[in-house]
Amino acid sequence: MIFVRGLTVSLGGRVVLDGVDLCLPRDGVVAVTGPNGSGKTTLGRVLLGLIAPQAGSVTGLAGHRRAAVFQEDRLCEHLDAVANVRLVLPREVPAAVVAGELRALGLTADALTLPVRALSGGQRRRVAIARALLTDATLVVLDEPFTGIDADGRPGVLAWVAEACAGRSVLLVTHDLDDTARLGATVVRLGSGEGTPEQPMSAESAHRSTPAVRSSGSSSGESPVRPA
Amino acid sequence: MTTSTTASTARSVARPVLVGAFWLVVWWLAALAVGQRLLLPSPAEVGARFVELAVTPGFWETVVFSLVRILAGFVLGTVLGTVTAVAAARWRAVDALLSPLVGAVRATPVVSFIILVLIWVDSSRLAVVVSALMVLPVTYAAVLEGVRQRDPAMLEVAAVFDVPLLRRLPAVDVPAVLPFFAAACQVGIGLAWKSGVAAEVIGLPGGSIGERLYDAKVLLESADLFVWTAVVVALSLGVEKVVAALLRRVPSAHAASRPAEAVPR
Repeated sequence: MIFVRGLTVSLGGRVVLDGVDLCLPRDGVVAVTGPNGSGKTTLGRVLLGLIAPQAGSVTGLAGHRRAAVFQEDRLCEHLDAVANVRLVLPREVPAAVVAGELRALGLTADALTLPVRALSGGQRRRVAIARALLTDATLVVLDEPFTGIDADGRPGVLAWVAEACAGRSVLLVTHDLDDTARLGATVVRLGSGEGTPEQPMSAESAHRSTPAVRSSGSSSGESPVRPA
Repeated sequence: MTTSTTASTARSVARPVLVGAFWLVVWWLAALAVGQRLLLPSPAEVGARFVELAVTPGFWETVVFSLVRILAGFVLGTVLGTVTAVAAARWRAVDALLSPLVGAVRATPVVSFIILVLIWVDSSRLAVVVSALMVLPVTYAAVLEGVRQRDPAMLEVAAVFDVPLLRRLPAVDVPAVLPFFAAACQVGIGLAWKSGVAAEVIGLPGGSIGERLYDAKVLLESADLFVWTAVVVALSLGVEKVVAALLRRVPSAHAASRPAEAVPR
């Protein structure tokens, strides 16, 4: 279990996260929603160790292997899809296995032969998803992972992601509540003035088997998210 | 192939030929106007002299002598410039120590180095050292800039996924630095030839192009001077094309290479 307590992050002189509490179960998806600028991505970056908070603590990260779908695709443009994914995998994982998973995500055989700079936005997103979830990471941050994926392909990708997330701590940053439901995620809302969850989110409640959208309540000076 | 593509290809072939022909005509007219072989030999006289020289074994030995030494200087300067730039990018103290030194080397007139180095090393190795000294600051500045311009987003990816350095280098670092390195090579090859031949003209190592240029000057053989100058230009351009072809085989993340003009000299 990963516990975030009193997390405060300022970026460029602006307080982005102010005293946020959260817990991520060992096996489950917690979806973070909220308006633009509410600190969703920043929260993910703290969990990935890319930002050091000014105050508060994150415990339980030790021993976690991390992976992420970033807000941007962040692919090696000159490499093809399989090579991009294999870059982060152990060498012994065969290219054919990776290619098979990418096909399962909806990439065509032709797309697999091209450098990713020649792929469409949706295809590139699938590569980024595969790169994160084909690893053996135990902590995964998915920052708006389904952006650019067409409506027809989305259910298949969601099903693949849902299966791949099993057994991991997953933080999903999203604006789409349909996606959170399909992933069985517990939903928490970030955003100053947006209030707190109706009830404090316990470690037990932050579990994919109990999906819940935490609507905003009255703001009483508490931090936006008080899960524990 | 479409008609427009064919026309475009024909234009791309014809243009340099026409440009070359234009300047040959200008040269020929200028030689006619001057009317003195000593001051300005005609293209035909230079061509004839080239054919005469090219069939002598000494010509090619001279070419190889200078080519080997100047190439060695270029490679040495490039390797040293790259290694020091990577170290400077990694350790701030190295950057603080090396940057003024590299700046001083860049600003020092090449003749000062030639005379100084001639005191230290044998004249046959002068071109190696001088070429390396001229290439090093160019490579250093370009590679340092390239390392600093690496995409921080991709470095974050490597950090998050814990990608080992040996796998990160070809995937993230090399493609980012390569355009800078390629531009530095392009500039560095020209510098190596200019400075290397200048060093040979002053140091006069036996059997070098510089010595042949010096002889041409002393003996007032203007046609020889033109021939050897043309040989240096051709060798420089040839090496530049070979290096560019080799670098094109390395995959690059950036579609467009950084223009050579942007490289600090």
